[in-house]
Amino acid sequence: MEVFLVSLLNGLVYGMLLFMLASGLTLILSMMGVLNFAHASAYMLGAYFAFTISQYIGFWPALVLAPLLCGAIGAAIEMYGLRRVHRNGHIAELLFTFGLALIIEKVVQMTWGLIPVPYRIPAGLDFPLFTVYGTQFPAYRAFMLLISALMFGAIWLGLTRTRIGLVIQAALHHPEMVGALGHNVPRVFTTVFAAGTALAGLAGVIGGNYHVTEPAMAFTMGPIVFVVVVFGGLGSLTGCFIASLLMGLIQTFAVVLDYSVADLLKWFGLTVTSATPFHEVLTVPLPRIGALLPYVLLVLILVFKPRGLMGTRDT
Amino acid sequence: MSDVAISLRGVHKSFGRTQIIRGVDLDIPRGQRHAMIGPNGAGKTTLFNLISGRFSLTSGTIALNGRSIDGLAPHEINRLGLSRSFQITSIFPRLTVFENIRCGLLWARGYRYSFWHLLGGQRALNEEADRLIEQLNLQDRRNVPAGLLSYAEQRALEVGITVAGGAEIVLLDEPTAGMSHSETEYAVALIRAVTEGKTLLIVEHDMSVVFGLADVITVLVYGEVIASDVPARIRGDKAVQEAYLGTEAA
Amino acid sequence: MSADATQRAPQGRTLVAAPGSAGLARRAWPWLVAIVAALLLPWLFFDWSTRRHSGFALTMLSEIGLMAIFALSFNMQMGQAGLLSFGHAILFGLGGYCAAHTMNAIKAGAMWLPVELVPLVGGLGGLLFGVLFGYVATKQRATAFAMITMGLGELVAACALMFMGFFGGEGGISTDRVTGTSLFGVSYSSSWQVYCLVVAWTAIAVLLMRLQTQTPLGRMANATRDNFERAQFVGYDPRMVRFCQFALSGFFAGIGGGLYAIVYEIVTFDTVAAAKSATALLAAYIGGAGGFFGPFLGTIVVVLLQSGVSLLSNAWLLYVGVLFIIMVMYAPGGLVGIIAQHAPIARAGRLRELIVPYVRILLPGAFSVFGFVLLVELASFTTIGAAQGKAFKIGPHAVDPATAFPWLLGAAALIGGGLWLRLEARGFRARWDALIADAKAKGVML
Repeated sequence: MEVFLVSLLNGLVYGMLLFMLASGLTLILSMMGVLNFAHASAYMLGAYFAFTISQYIGFWPALVLAPLLCGAIGAAIEMYGLRRVHRNGHIAELLFTFGLALIIEKVVQMTWGLIPVPYRIPAGLDFPLFTVYGTQFPAYRAFMLLISALMFGAIWLGLTRTRIGLVIQAALHHPEMVGALGHNVPRVFTTVFAAGTALAGLAGVIGGNYHVTEPAMAFTMGPIVFVVVVFGGLGSLTGCFIASLLMGLIQTFAVVLDYSVADLLKWFGLTVTSATPFHEVLTVPLPRIGALLPYVLLVLILVFKPRGLMGTRDT
Repeated sequence: MSDVAISLRGVHKSFGRTQIIRGVDLDIPRGQRHAMIGPNGAGKTTLFNLISGRFSLTSGTIALNGRSIDGLAPHEINRLGLSRSFQITSIFPRLTVFENIRCGLLWARGYRYSFWHLLGGQRALNEEADRLIEQLNLQDRRNVPAGLLSYAEQRALEVGITVAGGAEIVLLDEPTAGMSHSETEYAVALIRAVTEGKTLLIVEHDMSVVFGLADVITVLVYGEVIASDVPARIRGDKAVQEAYLGTEAA
Repeated sequence: MSADATQRAPQGRTLVAAPGSAGLARRAWPWLVAIVAALLLPWLFFDWSTRRHSGFALTMLSEIGLMAIFALSFNMQMGQAGLLSFGHAILFGLGGYCAAHTMNAIKAGAMWLPVELVPLVGGLGGLLFGVLFGYVATKQRATAFAMITMGLGELVAACALMFMGFFGGEGGISTDRVTGTSLFGVSYSSSWQVYCLVVAWTAIAVLLMRLQTQTPLGRMANATRDNFERAQFVGYDPRMVRFCQFALSGFFAGIGGGLYAIVYEIVTFDTVAAAKSATALLAAYIGGAGGFFGPFLGTIVVVLLQSGVSLLSNAWLLYVGVLFIIMVMYAPGGLVGIIAQHAPIARAGRLRELIVPYVRILLPGAFSVFGFVLLVELASFTTIGAAQGKAFKIGPHAVDPATAFPWLLGAAALIGGGLWLRLEARGFRARWDALIADAKAKGVML
C-alpha cells in the first residue's frame, strides 16, 4: 500500500512534468503540422539557463527569466527559420528542427561541458513536506505539482477566455480555415511556437534539478514526449493531459513492480528455464524494460489507433 | 456480366451531422455516356468519391457490373475496372510524361510489385505508352517532368493516365475546368476518342460540353437527383431550369 | 517511336534506356572507372618507405563504402518512396549482428560459408527484419510512419543493450573475419584485402539499387511518393508499395551491416542506435535525396567530417548539423541538387561566366567559415578540450583561449565575412538570374 501511494504521487509529479512538455508540442504539432524535434532542447535550455541564472541571481528570478529566454529563442526560430523552411513542406520543417536539436545539444556541450552540471533544488524548498507511510514526500515535488497545475490553469484560461485563445483553439482543429477567416496566422503561429517553447523551458527549470541536468537530457526526454503527444492524439489537450499522466504512472510503476513475464507464466503453472526459447526476454524484470514501455505503446497505438486516445485529426 | 455498369441504390452520405447525399438511385448502363450536372455543393464530387471508394457510404449500396463495392479500397475498385480523374489535377509531378503514362499501364499489363523487370527493356509496354502519348498529342513533351507542363497539357495527361489501364468504366471530374474555348474543344475530342465503347460518367459545368457529349444527363441538387434523362428533355425540364440552367438554356 | 529513345531524368541527367550491347558498354564505363578509381585511391596514402598501406586511410575508405550502401538504402525509403525513417539503423545493425554470429558459427565449425558471402547473410537478416518491422511501420505514412520508426529504433536499441544472447549486451558481439573459408583463398587478415571486398560489395549493392529504380516497384515507389491517390487509381496499393520498398531497403542496409561486421570485427548497440540512423539521414539529405547518387556524395562528406575532423576537433557533429540546416533552408536538393542547377547554364555554354562571381562570394564565405570554426573550437576547447589536457594549436602556433584576441579575431572574421558575403550575394544572385534567363531563352532548361 505504501509503495502504491508513493508511486502514485511520484507518477503524478512526473506525469505533470510530461504534460508541461507535451502540451506545448501538441499545440505546435496540431496547429502548424510541425513535429518539433527541438522541443526537448528547449527543456534542456530551460534547465541550463536556470542553473546559470541561479548561480548569479537566484532560483526565483530564474523561474521567470529562463522560460522567457526560451520563449524568445523560440520566437526567433519560428520567425527566421521555420517560416523560411515552411514552403519546402512538413518534412523539411521536421528536418530543420532535427538539425536544430543536434546543434543545440552541441552548443550546450560546448558552453557548459559534457558532464552534468550541479543544478540543485533551492535550499528554500529542500525539505520533506509530509510523510507517507514512513517515506518522506519532498516539498519540491509539491512545488512542481503546484507550478504545473498553475500552468495548466493558465493555459486553460488563456485558451478559453481570451480572443487569441479562441483563435488558437480554432486553429487546433482547422488551421487552414483560420487563415481564410482573416486572422494574422503568422503572428498566431509565432505566439504559439514561442509559448510552447517557453513552457518547455519552464518544465526544464523545475525538472532539471529534479532529474539530472546534462547535455543528453534532450535526446532522452524527447522521444517520451513524442509518445505522449501521439498517444494523446492531435488536436486534443485533454487527451494530451490524460496521456501524460498515464505515461508518468506507467513509467513510475514499472520501476517499482519487480516482475517479469516468467513470473506471470508461473501463475499459470508454466516454468521458464534457461533452455526455454527466448528465455532472456521472458525473465527480464519489468523495471529493466521500463524505459522500453513508452515505445512499445507508441508503436502499438500508431498501428491500431493512429489518432491516439482523443485525437480529432490525423497526423 | 451485368448490363448495368454502375448502380446506386438509396445512397446516403453524411459528414458528421451534415447530409451531403440524401438518397440517390441511379443506373448507368454499360457503354453509356452519362453526365452529371448541378450547382456547386450539390454533391457531385462526393458521389464520385463514393463510387471510387475514397469515401465510405453512410447507407445504401453501390455496385459495379453487379458487384457491390462496399468496403473496398480505391485500388481494389480500380482493379475491378473503374478509373477516375480528379477535379484538382492529380498526376505524378516528378515523373516524366512518358513515365506517368507507363505507370498507368503497369498493373493492367501484369507487372505487379516486380523489382526484377527492367522497364527499359520492356518493348511492348514502352511502345504502348508511346502510342497513348501520341494519341494525347503530348509526344513533344514526352521527357518533360509532368509538373512542368502547362495546365491544359496536365489535364490531357490526367485523362491519359485515367484511361491507360484500359478501365471499362471511366469517371471524369470536371476535365475541362479552367480551359479556354479551343482547349475545351480539343479536350472533348480527346475524351470522345479515348472513351470509345466505354462507360463514361462525367461531371461538368460547361453546358456545351455536357450537351455535346452526353447520352443521358443527371441533375443533382442538394444531394438529390431531380432529373435524369436525355439532353433534349433535360433542357426543357422546368425543375431543372429553376434549379440550375435558367430559362435561357442554349 | 522505338524504346530506344533517350530518357531524361528530372535532374537533367541522361539515362540511356537501350538494352543493346552498344548501350551496355556506354553505360558500363562510368562504373568501371569508379571501381578502378576506388581501388587506386588507397595507393595515394601508401607509405613507400615501409611498404605498408595507411591503415587509417583504408579503414576510412571502407567506412565510406559500407556507409554509402547504408545511406543509399535509406534513400530507397526517403528519396524514392517519400518515407522518412528515424530508425533505419536497426536494419543495418541487425544485419551486422546476423553476420557476426554467422562468422562465429563458421569459426566454430558449425557451418560452412565463404567469408565473401557473409554480407549476403547480413542482407538476408536485414530483409527479414525489414519484412517484420516494415509490416508494422508501413501501415501509416508521413509523420506517423516517422514516429513508428523512431519508436522501433528506440526499442531495438534498448533491447541491444539489455539482452546478452543475440546482442551481447553492452559489450556487443565480437567476431573474427579470418575464418579460412574464402572462395579465392584470401585470408582477409590485411586491411587492403578487406577493402577490396568492400569495394566489390559496394559496387554490387549500388548497381542493384540503381537497377531497382528502373523496375515497376521502383517507379511505383516514386509515383506513390508523388501522389499516393493517383497511385491507387492506377491499380496499386500504396501500402504494399511502401512495404516492399521498405523490406528491400532492409536487404541492402543489412549488406552494409554485414560489411561493418567484417571490417570492424565487432558489432555493438551503436550500430542500431538513433545516432546511426541520423547519420544516414544527414548523409542522404546533404548529398541530395532527389537523385540517385546524392547519398553517396553525402556519405563521403559526412564520413570525412566524422573521421577527419573528429581527429582535430570535438565539434564535428556541430559542423555537420550547421551544414545540414543550411541545406534544409537554402538547398533542399542537397549537393547534387546544387550541381544540377548549373546544368542549364552549362548547356547554354555560359558556365565560365560564373567563375568570377563564385570567387567573389567564396572569399567572404571562407572568412565567415574560418571565424565560425575558430569560435567553435575556442568554445569547445574551453569547456571540453582543456579538461582533456590538450593544448589549442593552429598549425604550429599555440593559441591561448583565455586571452581576448583569438575570440575577437574569430568574431570579426565571422561577422565581417558575413556582412561582406551579403553584399556579394546580391551581385551573384543578379548574375545567376541573368544566366538562367538566358538559358530559358535558349530553350535548354531541361
